[in-house]
Amino acid sequence: MTNELTNLGVKAIRDGVASGTFTAREVAEAFNAAVADAASLNAFIVTTPDHALAAADSVDAARARGEALGTMAGVPIGMKDLFATHGVQTTAASHILEGFKPQYESTVSQNLWDAGAGMLGKLNLDQFAMGSSNETSYFGNVISPWKKAGSNAAMSPGGSSGGSSTAVAARIAPAATGTDTGGSIRQPAAFTGICGIKPTYGRCSRWGVVAFASSLDQAGPMARSVEDCAIMLEAMAGFDPKDATSLDLPVPGWEAALSADLRGKKVGIPREYRMDGTDEEILASWEQGKAWLRDAGAEIVDVSLPHTKYALPAYYIVAPAEASSNLARYDGVRYGLRDLPDGAGLQDMYAATREAGLGDEVKRRILMGTYVLSAGFYDAYYTQAQKVRTLVSRDFTEAFAQCDVILAPTTPTASFPLGDKTDDPLAMYLNDVFAVPASLAGLPAMSVPALLNSDGLPLGLQLVGKAFDEQSVLDAGLAIQQRAGFVAKPEKWW
Amino acid sequence: MSITREEVAKIAALARIRMGDDELERMVPELNGILNWVEQLGEVDTSQVEPMTAVIPNTLRLRADVVDADPLTGGNRREDILANAPAAEHGFFGVPKVIE
Repeated sequence: MTNELTNLGVKAIRDGVASGTFTAREVAEAFNAAVADAASLNAFIVTTPDHALAAADSVDAARARGEALGTMAGVPIGMKDLFATHGVQTTAASHILEGFKPQYESTVSQNLWDAGAGMLGKLNLDQFAMGSSNETSYFGNVISPWKKAGSNAAMSPGGSSGGSSTAVAARIAPAATGTDTGGSIRQPAAFTGICGIKPTYGRCSRWGVVAFASSLDQAGPMARSVEDCAIMLEAMAGFDPKDATSLDLPVPGWEAALSADLRGKKVGIPREYRMDGTDEEILASWEQGKAWLRDAGAEIVDVSLPHTKYALPAYYIVAPAEASSNLARYDGVRYGLRDLPDGAGLQDMYAATREAGLGDEVKRRILMGTYVLSAGFYDAYYTQAQKVRTLVSRDFTEAFAQCDVILAPTTPTASFPLGDKTDDPLAMYLNDVFAVPASLAGLPAMSVPALLNSDGLPLGLQLVGKAFDEQSVLDAGLAIQQRAGFVAKPEKWW
Repeated sequence: MSITREEVAKIAALARIRMGDDELERMVPELNGILNWVEQLGEVDTSQVEPMTAVIPNTLRLRADVVDADPLTGGNRREDILANAPAAEHGFFGVPKVIE
């Protein structure tokens, strides 16, 4: 029974609890046990089995009283450790926040608890969400549950939401929150054969989410089906007056409106995404994706996004610039680590604290950001990058005059072994080449699993929609899901 | 354009990150690699383009000018605010002496 329960997704758990097939407590106990059994994956920084059980008991009691249940009632989830959770350590996977226990709850996590979800624990990630392989966490690498055929090498679960992708793929959580600044939901989803959607910028409140690059950061769900993502995104999203960039719009009923019938829809294929060096199997999966969407009734049209190659360098100016400003708050005064050498003054304390508390990649990006914002370089780097960002966004507006949704690969390669790219920051950055343009333009974008490559590793397909049109993204994702029939799962070795 | 070790040291000081010699040595080529790569943005003609200020058009809202309108973000939360301070003293954040 336990194994059966941990194979269920969000919708199946919610509906099973509502109908009385099993109790929310049975579900929480099964997942708590699966989490405890999977410590070698290092997906969680802290586990919170009591939180999951308390939420489950509350749902079971509400059901016994005959009350209406929430849309996530009885579903225990993993919470990326970038969301502030009241009284539960929140670290952003950084030493500088070790031991920090927020005295408040992030809006997104509160929305999920209000919908009846419970928390299995806080999920590991790249430090401050900076990374594409989950190798920059102070709390150690997350290991993907997947193995390359014929190899025992530890594989990357992607990043930055690598704890989330590993937990969902390994069936130790039915779903998890992620955040996406430049691909951090979609790339790990693609690497682990699961779904993940980043909604339009502003759909999910950033209040209580540790800030990386505020003009890009968006929360979203990661789960094993498009339906589960729709349900969870509905629970997470919504207007929040505490976030100045929150969209004051009603949350659409994405789940109820899901339709895989794409007749009358046009799917754009951006020619600039066919880049030199892209894996042949990735290109083949893209062709397969086109065939699936055509089969669903869509018309395939060629579109052009001429500034695609400039999106990634623009991102690596804009995001570090914002990060250098956002991370100035870690000063050893108000929360987190303090390193006060003997006889040190205030300025020395700041510098020593940040030396000891921040990881290499975080320091690298803070220095990049400080440099591009410094006097004499601001216009050449930062202003130019923001102008290029305008052009990237305009490319999408023009492409969406000819299509409803864009289909592209999520990543240029499948997952790689841990350690493969750690010596070369640029090679690591290039993994997000297909994901970053939609982030710069604030558009909804999703990765859905397509197939396994010849190494037995999952490949994802990416769908990008118009602003506010998550529905078209989810619908096209559903059409792919139904035709791909992706049921592969990692063999348990942990 | 390339960045020197002295410039990296200056940026690190501006960013309030202490850096030893080894770390500076390592950062110089890494930052130069990234900077040389982002230089390609200079190829793009942006003479007729405004820099992006808001990715999704939104209006700037003002809250009502009422004290403690939102209890979560209003006042009277001193204990909560100090709860994670490395050195809370007498209801304040403690720091090393700033003025001699």
